[in-house]
Amino acid sequence: MGNKNTQSSVAWPGELFQVLKGANIRQVAYVPDAGHSRLIELCQADQQIKAVPLTTEEEGVAQLAGAWLGGERGALLMQSSGAGNCINMLAMASECRFPMLMLVTMRGEWGEFNPWQIPMGQNVQRVLEAIGVIVHQVDEAARVAETVNAAARLAFDTSRMVAVIISQRIIGFKDWNATQGTP
Amino acid sequence: MKNEITLDRREVVAQILKQRGDTLVVTGLGSTCWDATAAGDDPRNFYVWGAMGGATMIGLGLALAQPTRRVLVITGDGEILMGLGSLATVAVQHPANLSIVVIDNERYGETGMQDTHTRSGVDLAGIAEAAGFPYSARVHTGQELQTLIPSLYTNDGPTFAAVKVMARSYPTVLPARDGTYLKNRFREAVLGKKAFE
Repeated sequence: MGNKNTQSSVAWPGELFQVLKGANIRQVAYVPDAGHSRLIELCQADQQIKAVPLTTEEEGVAQLAGAWLGGERGALLMQSSGAGNCINMLAMASECRFPMLMLVTMRGEWGEFNPWQIPMGQNVQRVLEAIGVIVHQVDEAARVAETVNAAARLAFDTSRMVAVIISQRIIGFKDWNATQGTP
Repeated sequence: MKNEITLDRREVVAQILKQRGDTLVVTGLGSTCWDATAAGDDPRNFYVWGAMGGATMIGLGLALAQPTRRVLVITGDGEILMGLGSLATVAVQHPANLSIVVIDNERYGETGMQDTHTRSGVDLAGIAEAAGFPYSARVHTGQELQTLIPSLYTNDGPTFAAVKVMARSYPTVLPARDGTYLKNRFREAVLGKKAFE
């Protein structure tokens, strides 16, 4: 995938998947991102989880609201560039106190070299916080699982919007010498 | 091709909801909210007062969570035009229990009756069909409406219908507006006491 992962960082998607299972997450909505690729595969392969690819991230906010209305818990996976797409839909989650668990893999941050990723990437946290999302930031692979576990409890036990921002430091640099890849 | 539009939106929505049984209903913001309320408030209605473009996906999340219940989204042409991608997302999931009805007056009713794209010929039912909806209908007449209504509750696959209605203004009939209240009473109606565990 062009990501130079260290040994310790390779395990985190599997650990994160176990956290989602433990939290009884039944719907996983996503716009693909390289940082979430392993987690997405695990969700797609799971019988209990409905993995739903989206055309834009805001669809996932609305879907998870519907899931909660029907008694199911969900999680929304996205790249940082998708956070901005969600804002007006998150206004509904705020007004209705829908629990919202969002896992955001960062671009435009640690070692980025696509300048077009910088404006959104550098503003993800403050934009999400401005609409009322509680943000947990994690930049060590070993802490991803525990952070998402805490975020899931906070989201579902208190009916709040919670995002975990997973640093580009964990995901690794994009290798621009690879033959395939998106910006 | 251009048929004269004679259907009355309030009557259309009332007739659709009269046959709902235990169907769960999501409305789009604006006129379809008031139409559904005018037809009779119900805790199994989730009225979306904002989140434009989101009604279809709220319906999908609900349909996936409650696969044994029928879910009906009633929304407007302006609302669904803001979330056209969601028709592709729904078609890919292919929920057997989700129906979407667009009450299409070809106008943005809440902002001064400006034209939407459907006024210029954009064919929402054609878009749904091309996205992969196995059932997609264009409804212009009372007779077509009567054929449509039972299919909304019985089709075994995602169903879409665009019902052309007159571009008239109606008295606003407001449901409760507190979002948390609407959410909680809906969940209680669907889940019982488990809603608050």
